[in-house]
Amino acid sequence: MNPKTTALRAGLRRGGIELRSTFTNGQDLWNYFFPTVVLLVAVFFMRGATVPGTDFSLGARTLPSALGMGLLFGGLLGLAQHLVVDREDGTLLRAKAIPNGMLGYLVGKLVLVSSVSMIGLAIQLTPGMFFLDGLRLGDPSAWLTLAWAVPLGLVATLPLGAMLGSLIENPRNMGLVVLPVMGLIAVSGIFYPISGLPGWLQGAAQVFPLYWLGLGMRSALLPADLAAVEIGGSWRHLEMVAVLGAWAVLGLVLAPVLMRRMARRESGSRVAARREQAMQRVG
Amino acid sequence: MTTVEWSEAVEAPRNPDDHLVLDVRNLRMRYGTVDVLNGIDLTAQRGEVIALLGPNGAGKTTTIEILEGFRLPSAGLVRVLGVDPARGDERWRAQIGVVLQSWRDHGRWRVRDLLSHIGEYYAPYATDQIQRPWPVDDLLAAVGLTAHANARVSRLSGGQRRRLDVAVGIVGRPGLLFLDEPTVGLDPAARREFHELVHRLADLDHTTILLSTHDLAEAEKLADLIIILANGRIIAQGSPDQLSRRLTTDAEIRWTCDGQRHVHATMDATGFLRDLLREHGDRVQELEVRRANLEDAYLALVHEEETGIRTGRAERVWQQQEENR
Repeated sequence: MNPKTTALRAGLRRGGIELRSTFTNGQDLWNYFFPTVVLLVAVFFMRGATVPGTDFSLGARTLPSALGMGLLFGGLLGLAQHLVVDREDGTLLRAKAIPNGMLGYLVGKLVLVSSVSMIGLAIQLTPGMFFLDGLRLGDPSAWLTLAWAVPLGLVATLPLGAMLGSLIENPRNMGLVVLPVMGLIAVSGIFYPISGLPGWLQGAAQVFPLYWLGLGMRSALLPADLAAVEIGGSWRHLEMVAVLGAWAVLGLVLAPVLMRRMARRESGSRVAARREQAMQRVG
Repeated sequence: MTTVEWSEAVEAPRNPDDHLVLDVRNLRMRYGTVDVLNGIDLTAQRGEVIALLGPNGAGKTTTIEILEGFRLPSAGLVRVLGVDPARGDERWRAQIGVVLQSWRDHGRWRVRDLLSHIGEYYAPYATDQIQRPWPVDDLLAAVGLTAHANARVSRLSGGQRRRLDVAVGIVGRPGLLFLDEPTVGLDPAARREFHELVHRLADLDHTTILLSTHDLAEAEKLADLIIILANGRIIAQGSPDQLSRRLTTDAEIRWTCDGQRHVHATMDATGFLRDLLREHGDRVQELEVRRANLEDAYLALVHEEETGIRTGRAERVWQQQEENR
């Protein structure tokens, strides 16, 4: 068999093995479920409030938006985190020492991170169905929208995660990424519509993927007439595809370059140096 | 750019020999203005076990990482299995085994899962002569991990983990195996088991092995050829036997004469003693002749490297033997 095909299959299996192990690990399960519980509690208490200008539940609006945020967390931060940690502990160097190992590694990581993102989405959506009114989960067109919007969201965010993961060498610097993402959440209409914000801020938010990820999830799960309270009074699918597509192209062009550069620089002594550093942090 | 600079000063390396597993000529590495490797020459035949011996900072790891293709040299000719490691493709990579010092990677994987996963990548590179990958059960038995096949990697002891590192390095049945300081941090029992494993690989599979160590006893035990590095230069090389035989030419003679103590180092102990006794006769007392052994010379070298105080004694010792060759 062609070595690349072999590596691709090995990578798929690798993703499967890591997926199984992450969902049997207490610490990981806690990391997946704790934010979900926090979100659901928040949404639960918001269910009585209404979206301004409508009598629609604010809680029911927030849940889909938060699912969009989950895609950004999973795809971008999730992958970046994996890359940074795997580089520090030598996983990546091992992949480099194996024929086509980097290909297998990357495929495995993409399988793992996108599966975790989608499973996370299901975990958050399912309980919400029971106490939130107005989500159109029975409508096939909702699932149709999810079927293209979720993959598009992942294609836009995963390469960005790969880029950041390649650039950050010290796991402690992950905070540098998390902080701006928090700021972005505030202006991207996740927990509250942004129509009240100044125009320039609205404009700035719409440059980034997060706003569009939230909008996409809302367009799938909320009734059509709620589009009226969005910017421009529509779900703006065309603009959404354009912006997320642009981020995807940017990421897919730059990520391989940065990842190759990162991989080229890996060696046993670099891993040893990081181990030394990490030991000092602990000790 | 550095290559050009050097190629003027240094004679161009000769043509590579394709039959050699390792063929390194005049390898140089420079970081900024510091020369880490100063013209290393090294060749290895199939099935040979070579130890790079030297104190920390001698250039062992840098040399190995260049040969592994993980680092680019500043100058020199490097051929590993006939290929420049900087241009080695995946087919080349498949024939090279790298034993990394693991730390906590793949901690959640089970030993058997990890080995069969990594083995998959090598399957397309099997040949009529060499079955790839090494069947997992045989491999587990070879490295003594059968009892831990289903253990999680994070649960292994240091010694077991190192065996797993070796297993990962040889699962593709490499023709050439690199081991960088493989026994650091191992207890004596684990170290001994590891040595047995290396012997088995070299004897049964004719794997060419390049390992680095700063432990002379380990190099003597494992290697066909010991290459002693200091300050990025090869200061001595030979089989363990050759090295120690060469060194026995250097001896230290102590005696007292009229109550005064004397010490003299010489290569010709017998001649010196003959003259000494002829001249002073009965006045020579407490005569003592001590042959410097390999360990003395090596320890002197390590001492110089670690204290930074260069008395030159170590290098003198090695140079003498070079002239004696």
